[in-house]
Amino acid sequence: MKIIVAGDGKVGATLTRQLTAEGYDITLIDSNKDVLNSSMEQFDIMTVHGNCATKDTLLKAGITDTDLIIAATSADEVNLLCCITAHGLNKNLHTIARIRNPEYSNQIYDMRDMYALSMTVNPEKQASSAIEKLLRYPGFLKHDTFAKGRVDIVELRVKSDSKLCNIPLSSLPAQTKCNVLVCAVIRNGEALAPNGDFVLQDGDRIFVTASVDNLSMLLKSLGMTPKKTKNILICGGGKISYYLAKRLEKSSVSVTLVEKDEKRCVELASLLPTTNIIHGDASDQNLLNSEGLADCEAVVTATGLDEMNMIISLYANNMGVPQTITKLSRIDSGSIPSNIPLGSIICPKELCCNSIVRYVRAIQNQSGAAIAVHFIADGQAQAIEFRVDEQTKHCGEALKDIKIRKNVLIVCITHNGKIEIPNGNSSFKKGDGIIIVTSSGDVVRQLNDIFI
Amino acid sequence: MNYKMMGRIFAEILALEAFFMLPPLFISIYDGVDVAAKAFLYTIGILIAVSAFLWLICRKAKRGFYAQEGIVCVGLGWIFLSLFGALPFFISGEIPFYIDAFFEMVSGFTTTGASIVPVVEDLSRGILYWRSFSHWLGGMGVLVFLLAIVPSNSKSGGSRLHLLKAESPGPDVGKLVPKMRDTAMILYVLYIALTLLNILFLLAGKMPLFDALCTAFGTAGTGGFGIKNDSIAGYSIYIQWVCTVFMMLFGVNFNCYYLLIMRQFKALFKNEEVRCYFRISIMSAALIAIDIRKIYPTIHETLRHACFQVASIMTTTGFATTDFDTWPSFSKTILLTLMVIGACAGSTGGGLKCARVLLLFKNLRRNIHKILHPRRVQVVHVDGTPVDEKIINGTSVYLAAYFILVVLSILLISVDNKPLVTNLSAVLSCFNNIGPGLEIVGPTGNFSSYSAFSKLVLIFDMLAGRLEIFPILALISRGAWKKA
Repeated sequence: MKIIVAGDGKVGATLTRQLTAEGYDITLIDSNKDVLNSSMEQFDIMTVHGNCATKDTLLKAGITDTDLIIAATSADEVNLLCCITAHGLNKNLHTIARIRNPEYSNQIYDMRDMYALSMTVNPEKQASSAIEKLLRYPGFLKHDTFAKGRVDIVELRVKSDSKLCNIPLSSLPAQTKCNVLVCAVIRNGEALAPNGDFVLQDGDRIFVTASVDNLSMLLKSLGMTPKKTKNILICGGGKISYYLAKRLEKSSVSVTLVEKDEKRCVELASLLPTTNIIHGDASDQNLLNSEGLADCEAVVTATGLDEMNMIISLYANNMGVPQTITKLSRIDSGSIPSNIPLGSIICPKELCCNSIVRYVRAIQNQSGAAIAVHFIADGQAQAIEFRVDEQTKHCGEALKDIKIRKNVLIVCITHNGKIEIPNGNSSFKKGDGIIIVTSSGDVVRQLNDIFI
Repeated sequence: MNYKMMGRIFAEILALEAFFMLPPLFISIYDGVDVAAKAFLYTIGILIAVSAFLWLICRKAKRGFYAQEGIVCVGLGWIFLSLFGALPFFISGEIPFYIDAFFEMVSGFTTTGASIVPVVEDLSRGILYWRSFSHWLGGMGVLVFLLAIVPSNSKSGGSRLHLLKAESPGPDVGKLVPKMRDTAMILYVLYIALTLLNILFLLAGKMPLFDALCTAFGTAGTGGFGIKNDSIAGYSIYIQWVCTVFMMLFGVNFNCYYLLIMRQFKALFKNEEVRCYFRISIMSAALIAIDIRKIYPTIHETLRHACFQVASIMTTTGFATTDFDTWPSFSKTILLTLMVIGACAGSTGGGLKCARVLLLFKNLRRNIHKILHPRRVQVVHVDGTPVDEKIINGTSVYLAAYFILVVLSILLISVDNKPLVTNLSAVLSCFNNIGPGLEIVGPTGNFSSYSAFSKLVLIFDMLAGRLEIFPILALISRGAWKKA
């Protein structure tokens, strides 16, 4: 499949890396020659220098026989114009535009219809919704949702005083009295696919699949009933902070937002009537203390500088804030040593790329393709959601009779919205949803790939 | 300063006044009260003569018309209207002193309803009609009426907005639709429709047509001139409840009715001012009902009087069903507070307006936050939208001007050596366009015992209150008369 990526910025570069790794033909357009050259040295791609919204540049990049264009330049309007022009030149083209100005966010669905966009992405909005999910379940480090929000995969840490410590997985349902499945374990930085005899140890990070109801039961039986988050401090007043505060204003939490540009403060204050907007430098520890850092249940660091975010998160952690969430926009989350207590790490460009990669996989193979893909366990494993259709093999057979590829685990089956955590006697039929977990190295493009 | 353009507008206003004097003229002729009929006829003659004279001089006026002219025009226009409108009272001899007649007329146009007439039943029906009708005209504004009927000239452009801004109450007056004339028309159509509805409801309660007309005019303009000395007390319970409901309705921002008709219910329910207005009135009525429960025999009667008086004072109408001067001090203080708060902006009521009170409280809260968190940045929101700092500043200045004028007025009329509560309530009642105050000027009393000088002070207060201070203050500032 031929893909054009317009704009070689943070998202563009990450996309290029992921998509070339999956074996697609990538053409990169940017108006900055130096950036293009550096990308050319790293990846096996073609580059075109020029303005991506002009017909000439698009034709030079071979728009007529391209399947997908992803416009991810820094300007929303250029991205839109690029997609519209490209679609005009090639009617069969799929178009993805990055549109992130909050003023457009209300009309995003209308714009898709009006300008024939296949998809729009908004990294900041995605990041804010990911942060909000983390805040909703404190105690979890990471949290992904499948089957339209009905199934969760969450990450938990096993501590020495936990009920989970030193028990084999097979006795887990009996111990916790609820139906949950451990689908991956990270021990000493290595992802393991556990079986029933696996014994959990102190320091393990486990990935648990469960329906939303079961999850709260699990928490209760572990004595982890989370204290409700009441005070949240957000550092930085960028787009992520705005989207996040806007979401949080609807729930009954008190949000304090620190931003150092006074004009932006006034702007935010008029957009966010109930949020506490503080004008000041978030790196000033005295200011954070006077605004009640120690009383906060959660701190989100989302300033424009990764270094600053990391340092504030470290400070907050040091002050005993239960939950810290660090936004990193340039540094890859995988490159941070896990013993630095930054709390959860949110990386907008990775979130954005994941959703685009998911889309690309879906159009690659319309039948039996993945509906959702999430990378878990520091990217060492992936959870993929599929829908069972006519071409799926082994419909109606018990799972214990089906031969499934090594390293693949079926963690959840949804029948008409009902969640089943499967055992050997479970089966699936047409119309069901299936979620599998597999290691990241394995390419599972469609559901039938998992059967031997 | 474009004097000629102003002269033209005055000519139009006076011609309009002459036209509106026709119905009372016919009523006087029908009743066979020759003195009153003659008085109206002479006044109409004078009005037409003056109007024609002004028209002849000013017909070739240049179009330039700006904020300065708008403000001065509204201030002066209202004074002229009242000066000429007082003539029938004086000429017919029913109010023997011109200063009293002038007071009565200003009280009418500013929808105050404060009266110097000791026995209202002695006045003839034509005069009574004119008195009540002045409420109706003053309620929505004479110049707004003019804007609605005079075809807008493309050359005059946006300049006429200054007239609407100067005459309509509220901290932030805007248009409903792009065209000035259509906006004024919509306001008056809504106003007329609501008034007609009120008349129908009153007629359904077997009220005589003339009484229904006058009562509806008084209610619509939130004026409060009754045609009986005991105001509404003599009418049936049904009529008293109808008046209560309609007084409340006329105290609501008319933009809300427009939203209602345009079916924008969401924006309607989001309107914080209206919610605040109803909340305050229900709370006050409940508190008063508890306070006065021992005075009246039944719960229904207690509730009826409490609701009626709260509606009457809050909307600055000034009708009465009972002598609230005999109520306990707590209830009277609540009523005095309601006088200051007043109705909604963009309604026919007076007072500070709920919108301003809301803004002031929100600004106060913001300043307290600012003291606790010196680095906090906050923007005041009303109805979910941020409010411009200029409007908040304007509101604070308005409050300051309001209290300075109230204190000065009390000081000036205290020369008459009347009790403090009488003076205080008289000034508050006039400034907020209510009508009755407490003690000597209470619901059963009147303003006739004040000296001519005090009456002039109160006339100034009524005009300043109705036109929201600045158009009247501008008249006495030298800057207004300088050439721009």
